[in-house]
Formats: sequence, structure tokens, C-alpha cells
Amino acid sequence: MGEFKVHRVRFFDYMPSAISAMAFNVHTERLAVARADGTVEIYNFADNCFQEKVIPGKDGRTVEALCWAGQRLFSTGLNGEIVEYDLENLRSKYTVEAYGGPVWTISSNSQGTQLAVGCEDGTVKIFELVEDSIQFQSNFDRLKSRVLSLSWHPSGTQIAAGTMDMIRVFNVTTGHATQRMMVDRAAGANKKKEVAVWSVVFLSDNTVISGDSAGKVQVWDSQMGTLIRTHLVTKWDVMALAVSRDESSLLAGTSEGSVVQFQFISARLDQPDKEWQRTRTLRSHSHDVRALVHTDTAAVSGGNDAHLVVRPFMEKVVKGSKESAPCKITFPHRSLVSCGKKAGILLFQFPERLEVWRLGESNENGEELSVTKKPEALIHLKRKGDDHICCSTLSPCGGWLAYASASSVRLFQLQYDNDSIALTKVEMGPLHVLLWFVFFVPHYLPSPSPPPPEVSKQAVHLMSTSDDGQWLATANSDCEVHVYNLKKLKYHCTVPVYGSCPSAMAIHPTGSNVVMVHADQKIFEYSLEQKEYTEWSRSLAKKGLHGSWLNRVAPVTHVSFSASNPDYIILHDMNMFCIIDKSLPLPEKDSDLVGAETQLISNSSVFPSVFKNLLCVGLMEDHSLVVVERPLLDIATRLPAPVRQKKFAT
Amino acid sequence: MVAHADTRVVHRGGSKINFRAPVITQDSRFLICVSGECIKVFSTSTEECIHHLQGHKELVTGLVLNPSNHLQVFSCSEDGTIRLWDFTDGILIRVTLLHLKTPSTLHSVPGKRNNCEGCSRGHQCYMHLCYGIIYLCVDYLTSCALCSQGEYVASVKDNVLHVYFLNKKTFYRFALGTSGEMAARNAFTCVACHPKDDCIATGHGDGKIRLWRNFNQEKEYTFSTVHWHHSGVNALCFTPEGTNLLSGGLESVLVQWRYGQEGQKDFLPRLGSSIKEIVVSPDGSLFCTSHTDNKITVIKNCTKVSAVIQGLVHGDGVKTALMVDPRTKALVLNGKPGHLQFYSLQRDQQLYNLDIVQQEYINQSNLDQFEVVKAALDSRGSWLATVEQRSAKEVEISLKLWAFDEHTQSFVLNTTISAPHDGPISEICFSPSSQNSTTLVSVSLDGHFKAWQLTQPDPSDDEEASWSCDFVGDYHSLEPKCCCFSADGSLLAVSFKEVVTVWSPASWDLLTTLSQPPGAIQDLCFGRLSCSKYLLGATDKNLCCWNLLTCSLEWSTALDVSLLLADPLSENVAAFCGAEKTTDLFVFRPSEPRPHFSQQALCTGRVTRAVFAPRDEPLDGCEESSQWLNRSQLYFLTHNMELLTFLTKPEEERLMALSKQVAVLKKHKQEFLHTSCLLFISLFISQFALTLSAIMTLVLSILT
Repeated sequence: MGEFKVHRVRFFDYMPSAISAMAFNVHTERLAVARADGTVEIYNFADNCFQEKVIPGKDGRTVEALCWAGQRLFSTGLNGEIVEYDLENLRSKYTVEAYGGPVWTISSNSQGTQLAVGCEDGTVKIFELVEDSIQFQSNFDRLKSRVLSLSWHPSGTQIAAGTMDMIRVFNVTTGHATQRMMVDRAAGANKKKEVAVWSVVFLSDNTVISGDSAGKVQVWDSQMGTLIRTHLVTKWDVMALAVSRDESSLLAGTSEGSVVQFQFISARLDQPDKEWQRTRTLRSHSHDVRALVHTDTAAVSGGNDAHLVVRPFMEKVVKGSKESAPCKITFPHRSLVSCGKKAGILLFQFPERLEVWRLGESNENGEELSVTKKPEALIHLKRKGDDHICCSTLSPCGGWLAYASASSVRLFQLQYDNDSIALTKVEMGPLHVLLWFVFFVPHYLPSPSPPPPEVSKQAVHLMSTSDDGQWLATANSDCEVHVYNLKKLKYHCTVPVYGSCPSAMAIHPTGSNVVMVHADQKIFEYSLEQKEYTEWSRSLAKKGLHGSWLNRVAPVTHVSFSASNPDYIILHDMNMFCIIDKSLPLPEKDSDLVGAETQLISNSSVFPSVFKNLLCVGLMEDHSLVVVERPLLDIATRLPAPVRQKKFAT
Repeated sequence: MVAHADTRVVHRGGSKINFRAPVITQDSRFLICVSGECIKVFSTSTEECIHHLQGHKELVTGLVLNPSNHLQVFSCSEDGTIRLWDFTDGILIRVTLLHLKTPSTLHSVPGKRNNCEGCSRGHQCYMHLCYGIIYLCVDYLTSCALCSQGEYVASVKDNVLHVYFLNKKTFYRFALGTSGEMAARNAFTCVACHPKDDCIATGHGDGKIRLWRNFNQEKEYTFSTVHWHHSGVNALCFTPEGTNLLSGGLESVLVQWRYGQEGQKDFLPRLGSSIKEIVVSPDGSLFCTSHTDNKITVIKNCTKVSAVIQGLVHGDGVKTALMVDPRTKALVLNGKPGHLQFYSLQRDQQLYNLDIVQQEYINQSNLDQFEVVKAALDSRGSWLATVEQRSAKEVEISLKLWAFDEHTQSFVLNTTISAPHDGPISEICFSPSSQNSTTLVSVSLDGHFKAWQLTQPDPSDDEEASWSCDFVGDYHSLEPKCCCFSADGSLLAVSFKEVVTVWSPASWDLLTTLSQPPGAIQDLCFGRLSCSKYLLGATDKNLCCWNLLTCSLEWSTALDVSLLLADPLSENVAAFCGAEKTTDLFVFRPSEPRPHFSQQALCTGRVTRAVFAPRDEPLDGCEESSQWLNRSQLYFLTHNMELLTFLTKPEEERLMALSKQVAVLKKHKQEFLHTSCLLFISLFISQFALTLSAIMTLVLSILT
């Protein structure tokens, strides 16, 4: 397989942002995740939880709550606005001022015709969804304190609203409160502290379930306004509740980072009278669980530790199948690092700045090399404007740098002059400048001769050029891969559409083949000249990939090639990287693959144990490998301290 | 050599009362528990043992109250019988033969079922019997429990919970993570069923308790987990109304969980030792916990320990020799960690515990604790010497001397000698002299033996008399092993490897040396009474007898003696000889090398601890071969800590006569009941604990 000099880069101090809200669309199986910096991410649960779309955040915009209304996605935040997102162009479509101070929560009825928002001033406002906009409809009776949580009755006639110390049930048509349920405060010293009802759930049998800041999950009868049962779950807050579609299971997320499951089961076997019983406790987080989703097969939780955790329920999935593997998503499914292959420099992308680093050097040989020249930070480039950086790139020679935000594209020229570096902003001029770059800009294509007529309106999320600058391949979230000839500036062909979204793609430097790895871990190679799948790709498809490769949960985020051996394909995901040698025969499908150096698809080497939490693996011109790692422990130490918990024997 | 028909090796006293969970009667007045081959009925208020229900020929393995008569109890045993007893009168009512000689338990189910049916699955066997009880073979199970309605049986083994529905004959299996390290920690340790709801509680090796629901589903079953115990949960029990769940384990804390509000829990700590079983009385007012140190604690009103029934503590091993306290005739041996226990064999009851180490016992693995390794009582029972030892990095030893205090009727610490020797002490013994001044000799592996004497302080000082070293002896810097005083205390024999040295305690002169190579001396013993001129020594191959008058070898024989023991009341010496796997016993007089009693294959394993306990009154009517048991009774401990003894024919006959008396009494009682003319007599008999002979005379006088 050959030896590599490996640069183990750990100075990219990337910090994922805390998850503040989530919403799941059952019909399209899309999960919308909002982060504390205002970013909204769309995950496709029908396609291995692939991060399909990212709507970059903006300074001054926070998201407190998200909700789907049909195919439309809305969010609210403490700036008092309701935002609808344009999911094709990946930006906010419009904002509507709610005029009630900070908006804490938003919820749509099950028919998807009305939106209810809860405001700081104690009002619940109803908005009607109209074509391309929303329209204010009515105000409910004003409450004395802020409205923190809302839940529609599935029939759409009643709304339960959680406020401080109280839950109110409103009649939607009259706008009057029909029930008032007082929530007990915590015992002891916290007696004087108001209880915040962080979350309510309204079930179809008129049961209301609430989670509050005193750590209780309470079951109420909304018709009589009486308490049925109290479960003390934690000493701290119950931040989120989520109920399954068949209303037989409920999840409660706590500030301790645990998720508690309740199930609606009968005390005696085979008897109909059921009650909510506490069953499982899932511990996946170190910090507060702020957002929860109960899908049909899994509990999805996110919180201040920025991990998105998918924990399948073993009774709902087939054991050993791909769905039964728990999944923890920490890093975005797209590249935040670009390598200047020839110059040995790296570009790191942060939401608010770019960093350019020069790699260190070593003169030694052996297993572990000591660094003779330390890596140095060359440039810190702050962005202009409010919009966060959504993509960036560096030319292979290291002489050009570009980044884009939702509103603009900027291009810079870098000049290295011994120790000083000059950065010149280049006005976006003739198109040929762009030939060296890969931009992941939605719809920002050097619009060549008429694009193919059937191209979808979805945003492009992957782009790749060939080294000679002849070919440009783009992939969008409708799973289409289009290839353009840049020399002739015209559309070349479309790769046959496969049912899973491409998660990584690259054009081979010599063979003019494009290699695509999809979110379901399938690998394809397409010849651009013959406009058909290559022989190797067809034999791979015929033979099928090995089960242990297909059952991995993290998608491949980067494909690159070795200059020395054209048969090598270098792939990596968050947990491992591997090198595929196309010249070697494929392994048997049911053979045992154990150990660090195993054969996965063709004769490939996998290095899962050595390198972990990978953000990027790239091959430099001088045949050295750059491995950018971000250990999860480093992220955890930079998070604020979690709530104190007594641990036994400490 | 023939097996002697007139003596039999039996368990007498000291058997485990914590083998199975005890049973509390309906009115909470009695506690019934298994105890080896018999069943004991205790009063829950006075701790008194009221009845020994004897009749089973093997270990009793299950107990249950008769569901149709709450004054009767069923028991099952490894002898393959089920017996029904009247526990208030201590009478056997009925014997049912099952021909199933496996460990089993009994459970009762409500509702009268008159069919007798059985079924088995794998290694488990369930059998309904006609009396509304269910018989379960538990040979292969860690624990099992029956639902109160009798619908299903939950049993656990390793990492699997099995639920078997008896009526539907359906079987569900729930396995927990079985891979690697998880498997050991996940293993099920105990199981209990909720009396009202369909909820099964299981305890686990890692201290977690899981509450299972919906267990009639292959996949949609569900459980919740609570965790307080830091090590395995040994016992689980629901209260009769199902409002609380009780759990216990190594921590010796009884934890009370609120069912449905598992976050709230109450504790009853400091119960003494690890909890093994928990039972609750039918009215919920009494909890009983049985502990690993053979103890049953009765807890009243969830909060107060009201009675403690203590059996013989079977510790990890008896390090001290077995001794008999001359004052109380009690057996003295290691008990709880750091304690000596005084156990009355006659009453089969622990008299008291003496805290030797006087340090808080910390229950933690890999922690070196102080242990009582040697103890000796002087001939009048007024002095007790103990040696405690901790072998951490370097050996820490202290020798303590305890004086008997007439006022408090217990031993009081008189002198503590820390580091009496440089090496571990291999033996201590008191000189048997009847004068006031007694001598203690300690023999250590550091090459010395030391004599300690009570020194009277200056009369002007206010101090009490204390012990100090009187003489340090050695012999060619060889390692001494054992020491022994002659019966009159005029000679001390100390063995140094192959050499036996004989000293005069009066002047501490070395009188003579005796030697019979090869092999180091393992045990020494002087003859008694008419044979006091003989000294017996055992090497690992030979048994030698020296005549001290001629200082020459009288006889020797090839025997692998593990223990030599002289009866203080006769000339007899008992030698336990370790064969391959079993132990043989020879009883002989030192004057003649021919044993007058021998029994081969006494028990499995090597016997290293035994004692002659003097009888209260000499036995007569024995055959010649069992004459040696006339004055004293021989008790010995097997390697798995069972206390065994010999039962002679006269004793057995006396016991038989007693049980016949009971049967006659019962017959008469029934006659009285039938005629109902003398009903008050039976009430009178059952309510007043008169001795059996008194009852008999009463009954006979009424009949005549």
C-alpha cells in the first residue's frame, strides 16, 4: 500500500454550535435542526441521516423553535420575528414581526393551515398560512407571563400553552382559556422560584403532558384540569418532550443530558386500562438536551453539547440492520478544510472567519517524527457583513482564496514574499479566474451554454473540477450529478440518477472518470468520455459491497486520488479513512473482516484505530498525507460546565 | 475394619438457617426457616426457637405455608419427600413421596386446584400439587419467583430472564447484553414478582434493579432501571400491597423503593452483614432479612430491628482452633470478621460475639483486614489469648489477653502486646496448671518461642495485673511449629522442624530432645490421665509415640495425620488422617498402637479443626466401640464449614422416643378433639410451653 508521511493536524479548533431546536417532518422524513448560531440544517432520515442542506446563520438571528407546516419550514427567535425558509435557495424567504416581544415557541396544527406562536408578553398569536406568506389571524386571551411552550390538540380545536407556574388550555375558535392547571414548584429552597413549563404535549385522548424546570413530567386530564400522575425525573430541568405518532411512547430530555422514555402500558397484562410508566433512560449527552424528536423507530436528541444523537429503539428495528446502529453526528457532512496541495498550506473555515496555515516540517525518518518547523498561522481573514461564511476554497497552488456567504462571493490573491504575506482582494472579473476553484455556492454556476432542461431547482451541495481544468461536476440534493466541460463552457452530460444523495465526489486527475460515494455508502465510477459507468464500477455493483462497509453510519465526506498510483482512491469519513486499490480483486461478500488493516471493498486498507474524529484527509503534492483531526474531548473541554451531578465514589 | 452400626455422623447444630428465605406465619408471630435437615420455628418477638421439626433425611430446600390452613407448613427436601407439618405443635401430619431428588422450592397459589399436573422445559420443572402449591426444580436457576396469581413463573440464570405462563404454557426469554465485560455485570442475581401488577423486578450483578413490564411480548417488552447498590443486588421483595419494593445486597443496607416513584427511597443501614434474602409478613408489618453470616433480622414497622436470630457464623474459614469454653460449654471459633463467637451446641444458639480487633470492618474487596488467627482459653476459662494479624506489605501482629469479668460475665481486654514476635505466630497455648499464675506460650516462625506471665504490679500502684514476657527460647535457630503442655503443666514440648524439645516451665531448662526423622513435626500432643507419660508427634508421614520416662520411641506407624486431638477427660486420642480426598478417623490410647475405633471416609476433604466437647452427664449403655464417646462428644469442621459430630445409638434411641411421645400425644389429642370433652386440655397444651414429659404425665393422668 505504500508508506506516507502523515501530517497529523490538530490545530483546527472547530467548535460545533449547540443545538437549540429540532422539527421532524413525518411525510418527507426530513429533520430540521437549528443551532445556536442561527444555522438551520436539514437531515434526510430516508437517506441514512445525511445532512442534505445547510442554511447558514446570520449575526443577530437566534432560533428558539422550529416547525414544519406541510413542506414549509418556519422558525422563531428572541428577536421577535417569524422566519420562513427557502429550502431551494437555502436562505430565509421572508420575516414577519410578531409584535409580542421575543417569541419562545411556534407550533402548527396537524392540518398545516395555522401557526401558533407564544410570545414574551404572554400572548398566543394565531397566524394563517397563505400562499408564499403568513397572515396574522387572532390573539388569544393574554396571560400574565411569557408563553414558553405550545401544543395543538390533534383535532386542531384546542391549544395547551405552558407558561410560568401554569398550563392553560385555549379554545382555538373563541380564543378563550378553558382550563387552568397549576404546576407545583420545587420543594425546599427553590420554593420561591417560579416553575417554567418548558414543554407541553397535547394528546388526542385529551391528556396533556408537561415537562418543567422542577424536573417533573406530569400527566394532566385537560377536560377536568386535574393532575393524574407526577414523575420526578431529575433534580434539574426537563427541557423537551416528544411523543411518538401512535402516542404510546414519550421522551423527556433533561438538563443532566439524559433522555427518559415513558410508555403507555397497562399494569396488568392483556387489560385495557393503561398508564404512563417510566421505562428506559438513554444517556447520550453530557449537557442539556434542548431538543427531542420521536420518530417511529428512534429517539433523536440534540443539546448544548452539539451532538445530534439518533438512538434506535431495539424493539422497532431489525437487530443487526443498519437502522439498529446508534448514530452520533458531530461534524457537518461537508468539508470545512481545503488543502493547497502544491504549497502545503491549509484553509480552515469558521462561520465568521477563515484561517490559512502552513504545515510544519520534519527532516527525520521513522515511526514518529519530531517537528523541526512548527506549523504557522498565515492569515486570519474576518468576513464582512452579517451573513456567516457558508463555503470557502483554496487553489492548489495556494495563490488564490475565495469564500462565499448567503449574499456575496469574495476572491483574494495571496502573495508569499519570504516572511510577509500580501492579501489582495480581486474584483470578480472574467470567469476564467474561477477555473481553479471549487465553490459550493447554491446556483452560483458560471452559467455556461444552456443548462440541461430537466435540471432540478435544488441547490448544488458538491462541486468538483478535474486537475486539468477541463471538467466540472456538480451534485445537488435531488441526487443529480451534472458534468460541464469548462474549456468549451457547455453542459456535457448527466450521470444516471441514483436514489441516494452523493456525499463525496471527485474527478480522477488522469482518467477523466468521476468517482461518487453516496450517503448509503455505495461507490460509483463514471467515465466522462464514454458517458457510462466504468468496468470497475459495474463489477463493484454486480458483486455488491461488503456488509461491514455498508453498515457504517458516517457518510464518506472526501474522495481524493494518489498522484503516484492512479489505481488508489482515498476515502474518509468521520471515524476512519481508507485507501482502495482498484487493481486488486474484490473480497467475498460474506468473508470475515476483522482488524485494523482489513479488506473492505476491493483490497483496501482502513485505519480506524489510529485516526479518529477526522475532518479532512488530503494528499499533498510531495506524497505526504494531511490528516486534520478534531478530538471530541477538545470540544467537550471547551463547552461550559454541565450541571453538577453526584457521582458514586467521587 | 467395619463401619460401626451404632454410631452415625450427623449435622448437630450450627447448620445454615439462611439457606432459603424464611417464612413468616399469617399472624406474624412465628418465623419458620430451614436449618439443614430440620425446620426451625422461631418466635418473632422473643427470638426463641420453639420447635425443631425433624423428619427429613436430607437438606430441606423449600418451605411454604399451606394455602388452605395457615397453621400448617409444607416442606420439600432433597430426600424426595414433601412433608406437611403443624408448626404450632411441631407435629408431622403427612408425607408425600415425589421421587425427585433435586434442589427445589415450593410456592403457593390462590384458589384450590385439585389436579396434579407437571410440565418441564429445558432444565426447569414445574409441578402443581393437589394442595394448591407449586413445586419448582431450581437446580439450574439463580433465582425464581412465582406471580401471586400463579399465572407465570419468572426465573433467572446468568444473563437471561425466562417467563413461563403456566396456564397458556407459553415461554418468553429476555436476554441482556451478553458480550464481553457487560455480560458479567449484567448477570441476573434475583427476581421478584409484583403482587398486583404484572411487573417483574430483577436484580443484577452491577447493582441495578430492572422493572420489567409487557413481558408477554417478544419484542415490545419494556423495562425501567433504577440504581443505588454499588455491588450486586442479592435480594428483592415486594410488600404485600405492592406499594414498596425492598432490595438488599452486600452493603448490608435495606433499601425501600416506592413502587411507581422509584426516585424516592428509604434506607435502613447497618444491618451487620450482606443481605441474602428478604421476606415480608403477610400483613406487611414485619420484614425479615436473612444475612450471609447465618443471621435473620426481624424488622418492625420498616424502621426498627426488633429481633436477631443468629446461627453459627460460617465465615470464610476458621483460622483459630475449635475450643470449648469451660464456663459456658460453648464452642469458641472465628465468627464475623474480627470477632470470636461463643456458640452453645446444646441450645444450638449463639451466646455472644466478642469483638477482638475492635476496628470498623470495611466491606471492600482487595482490602487487607485484621483477622483473628489464633485463640486460646486457659483451663478454667478465666483467660483468653488472641492473636490478630494483617498481612499487608509487612505482617502486623498483636497478641491480646482478655480476662473474664465475673461482673459482666464476659471477657475484658487486659493486655495488648503489639508485635510480640517478628514473624507470624504458629501456635499459642496456656499451661494447664491449676495455680493462680498461668503461663502462655507463643510459638512463632521467627525462630523463637516466648513464655508470657501475669505479673502482679506494685500494691502501691493503682494498676491492674498485666502480662509480660518471661522467657524467650530457641533451638539451633530452627523454626518452631507447635507446642504442647503436659496435662499437669510440668512439661512443655516445642517442635523445631524434626526435633521435639522438652522444657521445664518452672526453670525454663531444656530437659531433652526427641527426634524421629524424616519429616518435620506437624502436630504434638501429650497423653492424658494414665497415659500422661507419652508424647505423640505427627510428621507428614508418620505418627510417633515417645515414652518420656525412657526418652525413647515407644512405637510409630505410617499415617498422614492432619490433626491430633486428646480428649481431656479420658486417655483417648483422636487422629484425623487425610487420605486422597476423604478423611479417616482413628481413636486410640497412646499406650497401645492399635486403634479401638476407626472410621474410614468420614467426610470429603481434610479435617483440620476438631474439638472434644465434654458431656454434661456421661453416657452409658454404649457398645464397646463407641465407649470413647461416653465422656466427651467429638465435633469437627469439614472443609466446606459444616459442623459434624457422632451420634451414638443410645442418643438416637432417646430422640426416637421423644418423637414417639409426640406422636402418642397427637393421637391422644385427636381423640380428645373428637370427643370434644377435654378440648381445653389441647388448648392448654398448645398455649403453654411445658416440657414433653410434663405433658405426657398430664395426658396419662387424664386418661387414667
